[in-house]
Amino acid sequence: MKAIIEEEKCVGCGECLEVCPVDAIELVDEVAQVDDNCTLCGLCVDVCDYEAIGLPEVQTAETDDLESYRGVWVVAEHHDGAVHSVSFELLGAGRKLADKLKVELAAVLIGDQLQEGAKKLIGYGADRVYLAEHPALVPFNDESHANVLTELVKEKKPEILLAGATAMGRSFIPRVAVAVETGLTADCTGLDIGDDGLLYQTRPAFGGNVMATILCPRRRPQMATVRPMVMRKPEFDSRRQGVVETFTPSQKSINSRVKVLETVTQDQETVRITEADIVVTGVRCLQKAENFKIIEELALLLDGAVGATRSVVDEGWMPYSHQVGQTGKTVSPKLYLACGVSGAIQHVVGMQGSEIIVAVNKDPSAPIFDVVNYGVVADLFEFVPALVRKIKEQRS
Amino acid sequence: MINDKMTNGAKRMHVVVCIKQVPDAKNVRIDPETCTLVRQGVESIVNPHDWYAVEAALRFRDEYGGKVTALTMGPPQAEEALRETLALGVDEAVLLSDRAFAGADTWATSLTLARAIEKLGPVELVICGKQAIDGDTAQVGPGLAAHLDRPYTTYARRLELLNGGELRAERVTDFGYEIVQMELPAVVTVVREIGDPRMPGLKHKMKAKKKEIPVLGAAELNLHPEEVGLQGSYTQVVKVFSPPPRCDREMINGDAEEQAEKLLRLLQEAKVPGL
Ligand SMILES: Cc1cc2nc3c(=O)[nH]c(=O)nc-3n(C[C@H](O)[C@H](O)[C@H](O)COP(=O)(O)OP(=O)(O)OC[C@H]3O[C@@H](n4cnc5c(N)ncnc54)[C@H](O)[C@@H]3O)c2cc1C
Ligand SMILES: Nc1ncnc2c1ncn2[C@@H]1O[C@H](COP(=O)(O)O)[C@@H](O)[C@H]1O
Repeated sequence: MKAIIEEEKCVGCGECLEVCPVDAIELVDEVAQVDDNCTLCGLCVDVCDYEAIGLPEVQTAETDDLESYRGVWVVAEHHDGAVHSVSFELLGAGRKLADKLKVELAAVLIGDQLQEGAKKLIGYGADRVYLAEHPALVPFNDESHANVLTELVKEKKPEILLAGATAMGRSFIPRVAVAVETGLTADCTGLDIGDDGLLYQTRPAFGGNVMATILCPRRRPQMATVRPMVMRKPEFDSRRQGVVETFTPSQKSINSRVKVLETVTQDQETVRITEADIVVTGVRCLQKAENFKIIEELALLLDGAVGATRSVVDEGWMPYSHQVGQTGKTVSPKLYLACGVSGAIQHVVGMQGSEIIVAVNKDPSAPIFDVVNYGVVADLFEFVPALVRKIKEQRS
Repeated sequence: MINDKMTNGAKRMHVVVCIKQVPDAKNVRIDPETCTLVRQGVESIVNPHDWYAVEAALRFRDEYGGKVTALTMGPPQAEEALRETLALGVDEAVLLSDRAFAGADTWATSLTLARAIEKLGPVELVICGKQAIDGDTAQVGPGLAAHLDRPYTTYARRLELLNGGELRAERVTDFGYEIVQMELPAVVTVVREIGDPRMPGLKHKMKAKKKEIPVLGAAELNLHPEEVGLQGSYTQVVKVFSPPPRCDREMINGDAEEQAEKLLRLLQEAKVPGL
């Protein structure tokens, strides 16, 4: 299998050769030819101005009774009994999908003593909550939670299943997808139902440099993890009515070969970078760790989180959990304020999905300015304190 | 010392580290003039996260004895990636390459890797990187554990083999960290905090050049062409497109005071929460 060239459309411009990461394309008599090195990554498809390149279609075996799968599910995440905001965001997205398909929207809660959480999920739009409770399901355990969800999916057969693309979701949902033998699209930022009734899942790939739309046409459920902070959280309505349906998982599902010995919560005082509306990032040029305080002060003032580039983490000024970028976290806040960040691509791929990007750098040619909405050429030791002063002035 | 520790696990460990060759993001940037993506001369590199997986595997071997095999599925040129790991001291390398493997999604990839691992004989530990920077899915590690039906953990930053032969791992969560324990054989994915990758040594470099790397295809893994690659994938990419570039850039001039004032006003107009 390899990318398909429509020879009559190909003009031999060679753009595709440039982008092919595996050198699988060459020009033969001014027409692109693809060889066996092709991994079907799709980069050439996007770059072709003449729409001369396509990817072959898949012909996987169909789930037996495709039609018997109905309803949209949101797998709710919770921490110490409190439901994670991404689950409410997903109910907002799930509601739209369910309405389009004219089916029920359900949430799944796995753990123990989660009645309060179930009510909240209904208030945020769930028509039904499947509640699987057992003392052994606390604390969260990848294996037992995956088993229980698998059991539930096999019995109730939803057509769509969504979960947050958090560390937790990305860790145990893939196991469920394999167990129920279906496809899973990771870290989606867009979801829609097509005219064909299928779930169109759009997600960034190659560090956000391209977007891909993905379908799971022949298997059910269609599963996706969805990036936090992307979907809009619906209004909470305490009067909404819904059904709470308890589900008793089998003993076999509850058993896990992995023992969770200790769960440690850290970093409570600052907002987590993947969930903050505002992320303020500082860099190594802050010379000394103490100088990083001005970044922290600004973040605190804005109720935001502190982000760090890799060099800041390498210096030990901030823990790794604050690192944004290729080897750190991907964030997409409403506002990303980069203070002194040079704009190395490895950092940019972790933040280019932010709604508004502002950069402060004293070097007007810093590459960060290529990706901003607002650019400020200034010394951050002057600019950041000035910004802090202005905000304080306005508030008083 | 090694021998002492080896009695811990009571057997020689075989660790398989899964690595992937990916396009280097470094060569992709946005042209600020034309607002289009420029991807010039994209090269292939070893997925940066996988260096930590290799390092984790080597440390595990150095501490508890045994051997490390690097495994990759990819086009013939992925052999280069394997040689790079051999240069760090990895003992064996295996390439899974077949025309039929192209276009595999995480389901098909993890199935293919799982079959290969089963074929490699008793393997006590499989280590993957946190995620690959091209697909960015982080699904292959957990998928592999499911196909192999083994316990697993993700985002590990410390691995320790206990006296009883169990594996203890410290894993990073969104909230802090966790300590988990499981029996071997198991699958783990690791993060950067596991430790910085070592440099290639001269001796290993020489060996790496000459080392024979077996290549296995679908037939050798007893996989039907319909079970692998694009055919064996449940997800289907129907469209690839460039994200709308940010092209409304506005530079804010003046002295620091003026700049701060202007920026604040613009952000308030854009209704950034909390401003
Ligand atoms: C495989 C790989 C993975 C990586 N992963 C990541 C990752 O996940 N995250 C990440 O962040 N990096 C990552 N990096 C590193 C990345 O390439 C950069 O080196 C890193 O982002 C450091 O950039 P910086 O902006 O902090 O520092 P520098 O590149 O040192 O830039 C400092 C900047 O600050 C400006 N400056 C200095 N003083 C002032 C002042 N007083 N006022 C205003 N501006 C000032 C300068 O003009 C300059 O632009 C990775 C690299 C590799 C090879
Ligand atoms: N084709 C492959 N060959 C070997 N290992 C892979 C392959 N694809 C993914 N992996 C492993 O799985 C991890 C996660 O990849 P991904 O799920 O694609 O983000 C990587 O860091 C590798 O360790």
